[in-house]
Amino acid sequence: MSKIRFVEAITALAALALSSCEREDRRFREEPPAANAASTATLSPLQPGPTVREVKTHSPYQENAYMVNEGKALFNQMNCVGCHANGGGGMGPALMDDEWIYGNDPQQIFSSIAQGRPNGMPAWSGVLSNDQIWRLVGYVQSMSGQLRKDVAPTRNDDMFSGPSEQRATEMKPKKANPGPSH
Amino acid sequence: MLHRSLQRALVVATCFLTACVAGFNESALRPEGPQAGRIGSLWWFMFAVAAAVWLIVNAFLVWAVRRGRRRDLPLIEPTGDAPMKRSVVIGTGITVLILTVFLVSDIATGHALGSMPRKDALRIEVKGHQWWWEVNYVDPTPGRMVTTANEIHIPVGEPVQIIGTSPDVIHSFWIPNLQGKKDLIPGHTTSTWLRADTAGVYRGQCAEFCGAQHAKMIALVIAEPRDKFEAWYNSQLDSAKAPSDSVTTRGQQVFLKSACAVCHTISGTRAGGRIGPVLSHIGSRTTLASGWLRNTPGNLGGWIVDPQGIKPGTKMPPNNIDPADLQALITYLESLK
Amino acid sequence: MTVARDAAPLREPGDPMTGPDPVAPAIWEEVELTEEDQELRKKLIRVWGDGPGLWGWIRSTSHASIGKRYVVTAFIFFLLGGLEAGMMRLQLSRPENSFLGPDRYNQIFTMHGTTMMFLFAVPVMVAMGLYLVPLMVGAREVAFSRLNAYGYWVYLIGGLFIYTQFFLNTGPDTGWFAYVPLSGPEFSPGKRVDTWAQMITFTEIAALAGATEIVITAFKHRAPGMSLNRIPLFVWAMITTSFMIIFAMPAVATGSQFLAADRLIDTHFFNHAEGGDALLWQHLFWFFGHPEVYIIFMPALGIISSIVPTFTRRPIFGYPVMVMALITTGFMSFGLWVHHMFATPIPQLGQSFFTAASTMIAIPTGVQIFCWIATIWAGRPRFATPLLFVLGFFFTFIIGGLSGVMIASVAFDQQAHDTYFIVAHLHYVLLGGAVMPLFGGFYYWFPKFTGRLMNERMGKWNFWLFFIGVNVTFFPMHILGLEGMTRRIYTYLPETGWGPLNALVSGGAVLIVASVALFIFNFFRSLRHGAVAGDNPWGADTLEWATASPPEPYVFLYPPVVQSRNPLWTEGRERPVFTGLRTDIRDTLVTTTLDATPDYRQNSPNPTAWPFIAALATGVMFISAIFTAWGLVVGSVLLFFPLVKWGWPDRHDQSVRYSGRGEIVEK
Repeated sequence: MSKIRFVEAITALAALALSSCEREDRRFREEPPAANAASTATLSPLQPGPTVREVKTHSPYQENAYMVNEGKALFNQMNCVGCHANGGGGMGPALMDDEWIYGNDPQQIFSSIAQGRPNGMPAWSGVLSNDQIWRLVGYVQSMSGQLRKDVAPTRNDDMFSGPSEQRATEMKPKKANPGPSH
Repeated sequence: MLHRSLQRALVVATCFLTACVAGFNESALRPEGPQAGRIGSLWWFMFAVAAAVWLIVNAFLVWAVRRGRRRDLPLIEPTGDAPMKRSVVIGTGITVLILTVFLVSDIATGHALGSMPRKDALRIEVKGHQWWWEVNYVDPTPGRMVTTANEIHIPVGEPVQIIGTSPDVIHSFWIPNLQGKKDLIPGHTTSTWLRADTAGVYRGQCAEFCGAQHAKMIALVIAEPRDKFEAWYNSQLDSAKAPSDSVTTRGQQVFLKSACAVCHTISGTRAGGRIGPVLSHIGSRTTLASGWLRNTPGNLGGWIVDPQGIKPGTKMPPNNIDPADLQALITYLESLK
Repeated sequence: MTVARDAAPLREPGDPMTGPDPVAPAIWEEVELTEEDQELRKKLIRVWGDGPGLWGWIRSTSHASIGKRYVVTAFIFFLLGGLEAGMMRLQLSRPENSFLGPDRYNQIFTMHGTTMMFLFAVPVMVAMGLYLVPLMVGAREVAFSRLNAYGYWVYLIGGLFIYTQFFLNTGPDTGWFAYVPLSGPEFSPGKRVDTWAQMITFTEIAALAGATEIVITAFKHRAPGMSLNRIPLFVWAMITTSFMIIFAMPAVATGSQFLAADRLIDTHFFNHAEGGDALLWQHLFWFFGHPEVYIIFMPALGIISSIVPTFTRRPIFGYPVMVMALITTGFMSFGLWVHHMFATPIPQLGQSFFTAASTMIAIPTGVQIFCWIATIWAGRPRFATPLLFVLGFFFTFIIGGLSGVMIASVAFDQQAHDTYFIVAHLHYVLLGGAVMPLFGGFYYWFPKFTGRLMNERMGKWNFWLFFIGVNVTFFPMHILGLEGMTRRIYTYLPETGWGPLNALVSGGAVLIVASVALFIFNFFRSLRHGAVAGDNPWGADTLEWATASPPEPYVFLYPPVVQSRNPLWTEGRERPVFTGLRTDIRDTLVTTTLDATPDYRQNSPNPTAWPFIAALATGVMFISAIFTAWGLVVGSVLLFFPLVKWGWPDRHDQSVRYSGRGEIVEK
C-alpha cells in the first residue's frame, strides 16, 4: 500500500518538476503552429443549425513564464496600458474581471488583438508578429488569474499599481455574451 | 615607474599575444586620453613593484628551502629565533611602506582623474538598455539635442562628461582606451569624465552582466577633429534624408507600413517609436546590432529578417518581409546618412 | 594520572634529525594494549560507535563520519563545478563559437560560481574543521553533534535541490552574485532566481551550524592544559573562520530573503520606484561576499600552518604573531566590501577608505608568509607532496595577492573591474590560496582519515600538472582583462584579438582536468593499495596524530592532557592522560576557555535520526517557499515535531548501553 503511495508521490513530484522545463524555456525564435488563428476562431456559440460544440484551445505560452513576462513588456511598450490600464480598464474594458465581451478562449483573445475590435481596439496583426500576440494572450490570461501561480508574472520595477498578476484573484469567465454589452 | 622602453616592449608583447593587428585597438594599456593615461601609469608602477616583490619573496623562499636542505647546518630551535625575528620585522616594515606608497599613488591618481579640466565640456547622456546604448547629446537649446544609439562621436582634445543611467537593469559603460568604467544603475545617475587626445575609434563592451545578450552590447566612441565633429553633429540635427528615387520611396513605405515604426523613430516621418534605437541616421553608423555587425546592406538585411539568429533574446522580433520590399527597405535605410 | 603508550613521536626533543627521510610507513611502534585497555576499548566502541548499515549511517552524529561525508560531497560539487568550467572554456576557446547558446551559458557560469563558492569552498573547509578540530584539541566529539548531522543533511538537500533544478532548466542564470534588478521580478521571470535564493538559505544554515560547533568545541572542549596559547594554528584559523561565518552569513541570508520576497509577495526592497534601491542588494551581498572569500582562504592558512612545521621538522616561527595575523585578517575582512562596488556612484572619499583597508589587509597575510619562510629557513624541509602544494601556494597565491592589492586601488579598479583581470585575480587567490593548500591537506591527512598513504609519485605529478595548469589557464586572463575582455560574455568577435589567448587558456584548463583526474585515481588506488600508514606517518606534533589511523569511534582511548604547544614532540613517548570519564555513556569533559582547566562533565548526545528528519522538513519548508509563502507556515509546523524529538532529553541517557549492533542491551 505504502509502496503505491510512494510511487504516486514520486510521480506527482516528477510531474511538478518536469513542468518547470516548460516554464523556464526561453524560446527565442518561435512561430507557434496556430499562426492563422485569427481567421478560424469562433466568437460566439450561437450558430445557425445544430449546436456547435465549443472546443477550448490552448494558448501556447500559458505555461511559459518567460514568454508571459515578455507579453507584459509588450503590454507596456505597445501602450495597452493607455486604454486598459493595468487590467482595470478605462477607455477600454477591464481585462482582469470575468466579463469577456469577445470571448476568453485563447484563440478568441488572439483574434481580438490581431483583428482589432469596435469602439477603439486597434488591429495589431500587421504590426506584431503572431508570436508576439501569443505572448500578449498569455499575459492577458494572467491578469484574470487564469495562469498557474508559478507562471504568472510578479511585480514590475515601477510604481506599484496593485497586486501583481501572480496574486490576481482567479476570475472564472462568465459565459461569452454575443455582441457588445457596454 | 617602469622604464618607458620596457613599457613599450610589454605593450607590444601583449599586442602580439592578442593579435591586435587583426582589428580593434581596444586596450587599457594603450591609453589615448589623460584619464586612461593616468590609470595606465599607475598600473605600470604597481606592476613593476609587484613583479619585484614576487621575485624577491620567492627568491627568499627558494633560498630558505635550499638552506634547509643542507644537513650540515644546525636545526634552529625556537630559542634561536632572534635574527629571524629581525628579518620578519624588516620584511613587514617594507610591506607596510610599499602598501602605503600604493595607497598614496592611488589617491593621487584618483585626485588627478577628478581634476581633468572640465571647461566647456560636451555633456552626453548614455542610457543602457537591454542590449543597446541610447545616446543623447545634452544642449541648453532643446532644438540642438541629438539622439542616436551605440556610437558616440566626440571632438578630439575636449572634455566630455558621460551622464549615465538605465531604465532597466544595471549596465556599465567602459571604453578602456579612454577611461575607467562607470555603472549605469536604475534609479541613480552616474557621471564620468573623459577626453580623447588622439583621433580614432575606441571600442568598449558593456561591463556589467545584464542578461542574455550582455556579450553583444558594444559601444563605440569615435573621436574626430572639432570641425569634423561639428559637421557630423549638424547632420544629425537634420531630419532624416527624404527618399529621392523610387527604390528609397518604396523602402520608406515598407518601413512605415511594417512593424518598424512601432519601435523605431525616423525623424521627419510618421515613425515615432521609442522602444528601439533611433534610426534617423542609421546609414552613417559604422556598426549595427549595438556594435556587433558591420553596417553593410547584407548585415542589415540579415538583422531585419532574423535578429534572433544574431542576438538570441533581443527585443527585436523577426520580420517576414518579401525580398523585393526588403531590398528597397535596406536601400532606404542605408541612404539615411 | 596514568600514561598511555600510543604512537611514538618521531624525534626526541633537542635531537637533530639524522638518518633517512622517514616518509615511510613503518615508523610507528606497535604497542600492545593491556587486558584492561582492551576491555576499555570494547566498552568505548560500544558507546561511541554508530549503528550498523545504512540506517546507522543516517542516524550517525559522529564528527568523523559526518566530516568525511561532508568532504566527499563537497568534492563531488567541486567536480561538477569543474565540469561547468570546462564547458565554459570550451565555448570561449574560439571567437563566435556555437557550443553553448546565451541562455545555457548564463546558467552554466552561474552554476559554476554558485557551486564553487557555496557548495564546495566553504563546506569543504568547514568539513575539514569539523573532522580535525576535535582531534586537534583532544576532544572525543564535536560540540552539538546532532546539529552537525542536521547541518550536513541540510547542505546535501540544498545542493541536490539546486542541481535538480539545473537539470530541469530552472538553474539560476543571473550570476552567483545575482545583481538586482536583473535578478528581480521584472527581468528574471520564472523560478530560476528563487531557486538560487533559497539554496543560499540551505548552505547558510549548514555553514552556521558548522561554525557554531567549531567555536564551542575549540573554546570549551579542549584537553586540559591546552591553554589558548597552545592551540594549534589550524584550530585558530578555524575559530576565526567560524566567527566570520557567524557575522557574515546573516547579511546574504537577509538579502536573499529580501529578493525572494520581492519576487514572490510584491515587496519593494530593491524597487527604486517605490523607495527601494538596487544598490542595497550589492551592499548586503558584498558585506557577506568579501568575508566569504576570507572564510574560504583562512582554513587554508591553517592547513599550511599544519603542514609546514611537520615537513620542516620544527615548530612554526612566531606563533603569537601568526595568531594575531589570523585574527586581524578576520576583523579587517569586514571592512573591504565596497571594493566590489568601485564602479558605482558611491562618493570617492568613502571609496578611498575601502582602498586603504583593502590594501592594508595584505599586511597580516604578508606577515604569515614571512613567518612560514622563516620556519622553512630554520628547519629541514623534506619534499613530500603536501609540502610541494604549500610551495605551489607561495608561487601562486602571491601573484593573486599582488593583483589584489592593485585592484584595491579605485583608479585602477575602474579599468579592471568586471573584466578577466578580476577572473584571473580571484582564481589565483582561490586556487593558489585555498585549493592548493587543500590538496596538500588531503595528501597530508589522507593517512589519518583512511589509514593508508597516498602514492607519492602520483602526488608529484598531480601537483605539477595542477601548478602548471593553473598558471597557464589564469595568467593570460590578466592580459585579456586589460585588453578589454569583460566577464560573463558567452562569445566575442575575432577582431578583438582575444582568440589566441583564450585558446591558450582553454588548453591550460585541460591540464587542470588531468591533474584532478589523477588525484581521483590516486585517491581510489591508495584506498585499496596504499602503503599502510601508522598513527603518525609524518612525525607531526598535533594531537590528531596521537590517534589510530583512521581514528576509532572513541578517538582517544585515554583523553590527553597537554603541557606544551607541541605535545607529541616535547612529551615523547610518555604522554600524560586523564581518566575518570564514564564509559557507559558518551561522557565528555568541558574545560575553561582561557586555560583549559577541567570545568564540568557533559553528556554528548546519542545518535538519532531526528536531525535527518528535521533536515527533510527544512527542505520541504524552503523548497515550497519558492512557490508559495504558505510553504513557510506549513514547513514550520512540519519542522516543529522533529525539533522537539531531537532535543527531548532521553530518560535513559544516563544508563543506556548499546551493543555493537546498535541494540539496547541494558537499561
